[in-house]
Amino acid sequence: METGLLAFLLINLAKVIVVVVIMLMAVAYTVLLERKLVGRIQNRWGPSRVGPFGLLQPLVDGAKLFLKEDLMPAAVERPLYILAPIIALSCALISIAVVPFGADIRWKGVDLFQISDINIGLLIILGVTSIGVYGIALSGWSSNNKYSLLGSLRASAQVISYELALGLSLIGVVMRAGSLRLRDIVGVQATHGLLSWNFFGGFQFVAFFIYLMAAYAETNRAPFDLPEAESELTAGYHTEYSSMKFAMFFMAEYANMITVGCVATLLFFGGPTSPFGHLFDHVLTGTAAQAVLPIFWFVLKVFFFLFLYIWVRGTLPRFRYDQLMGFGWKFLVPVAIANIVVTGLWMGLRLPVQ
Amino acid sequence: MVPTSYYLVLSAILFSIGVAAFLVKRNIITVFMSIELMLNAVNLTFVAFSRQWHQVSGQIFVFFVMVVAAAEAAVGLAIIIAVFRARNTLNVDQIDLMKL
Amino acid sequence: MHLALFIIFGVFCVAGALNLLLQRHPINSALSLIVVMSSLAVLYLLLGAEFLAAAQVIVYSGAIMVLFTFVIMLLNAGKEERTHGSRLAYIAGFPGAAALLGILTFVFLSRGGDFGQARLGEYIVTTSDLSRVLFRDLLLPFEVTSVLILIAILGAVALARKEH
Repeated sequence: METGLLAFLLINLAKVIVVVVIMLMAVAYTVLLERKLVGRIQNRWGPSRVGPFGLLQPLVDGAKLFLKEDLMPAAVERPLYILAPIIALSCALISIAVVPFGADIRWKGVDLFQISDINIGLLIILGVTSIGVYGIALSGWSSNNKYSLLGSLRASAQVISYELALGLSLIGVVMRAGSLRLRDIVGVQATHGLLSWNFFGGFQFVAFFIYLMAAYAETNRAPFDLPEAESELTAGYHTEYSSMKFAMFFMAEYANMITVGCVATLLFFGGPTSPFGHLFDHVLTGTAAQAVLPIFWFVLKVFFFLFLYIWVRGTLPRFRYDQLMGFGWKFLVPVAIANIVVTGLWMGLRLPVQ
Repeated sequence: MVPTSYYLVLSAILFSIGVAAFLVKRNIITVFMSIELMLNAVNLTFVAFSRQWHQVSGQIFVFFVMVVAAAEAAVGLAIIIAVFRARNTLNVDQIDLMKL
Repeated sequence: MHLALFIIFGVFCVAGALNLLLQRHPINSALSLIVVMSSLAVLYLLLGAEFLAAAQVIVYSGAIMVLFTFVIMLLNAGKEERTHGSRLAYIAGFPGAAALLGILTFVFLSRGGDFGQARLGEYIVTTSDLSRVLFRDLLLPFEVTSVLILIAILGAVALARKEH
């Protein structure tokens, strides 16, 4: 019993470390991807000096942020000022723990491609993201700066409003799967490849677009990046932050983007399943192929969502604040509710009469 | 393995602290928060008993308490904002008149 | 294992609640209440109420308390001042609360044998169990609460609107 517990703790610790390291690397290279792509969209090169194609730029950026002086402004509320970036980053990293990023392969009873497989995985992700707003709210309040306070007030109001549309948009998917466990939700979409994905076969594309828009607002990204609108609020809630604390907010934003990409992939695009279903199963039979291909598909889909994020940022102008609130409450929420009703009716009609 | 009575005692401690905070605090928002603390303490009792008697209804009741707490928070905070606009204070001793 | 987790998060709960009582600034009180609520979510998990644990985090810590911090930030509430009215509360309140705690603790501990023990993972209420009861047996109360929420929304909008 005791050795079992110890082994359990050690194995999970190892998994957590591996996933966190991969996640932080992914965050660093998403930043590079964004700088490169936005550069191309604006007809310039983007970072190109450090390493081939600027590939070593994230390392240099990291070193720069580490070595900068950590300024502590005089009139800040010290404990909360320090706590805020920690909350933001840890909440952004926690939600990856329930994401299954590969096939359900077990080695000596250990689930290799998911940290923890729990019944309420989807709710855990929603709960952790809803805690994440404290990082933003507290940073603005404790900075003792009017721009920070305005930015964080905007951010909290925006996140509370769009959380509603986000949650409602996922209900259609949960109704189809009949479970909140992410593996079950993926399993429902695994049968006929692309045709059984919730986006195509499940007719949840309305829900998908609502989710996408609400998630962009939740992560404070363009075109909903009012909390950090640089033309009005200098840098919004992290105006007073410098060095590593600023870097933590920065990493939290990109980690949240990756989480949103993962959730969109899992819920609407079949997660780690192949778009061709079982069509090529007889060609690739080896265990290695069975293990590696799902990860490949998953990473590809998540990459697509990150690309979309950056593409949208590079092309769309920012909303005005009243437009943002009106859009969330008067458009997204009613459409999400309509989607639930239609999905319910459709499922009820398909149900055999008892 | 934990006796259910431990959970009940914990809930009693939280409830008593909630009562004390409700009586002592002077800021109307904090007073409101201590009511939420009392509701949470009661919720813990419900869940502990639901687990004890293997009844789901206890958890359903917690669900309803959460709904009521959410509604209460929305209306209560709106009242607080309205009172603050009229009186420019949050001290409960200065807003004890019934009219604005 | 169960006892250790219970003690850790129980201590978090009590410490958070005491901090709520002792802090002078409302935002610190709000943060300690968030600690209490999140630790309660863990205790719910220990008691096998997994959906409630998630709902506790999403509804209480993630929505209601965000609303509280939002209002504190919006009204820019400063440290609370001690005023005369609190005298009576000090005299009657603390003994009353202490007596309540004493009676409840005495009853629970002396009758503790009637309640039995809670083992980890012995009785887990899944989301589908919960929804089966909620949407079959208790559908009417459920629908009535939705009307309650509607009324609350209307009330909040009517109250918070600026008079012209």
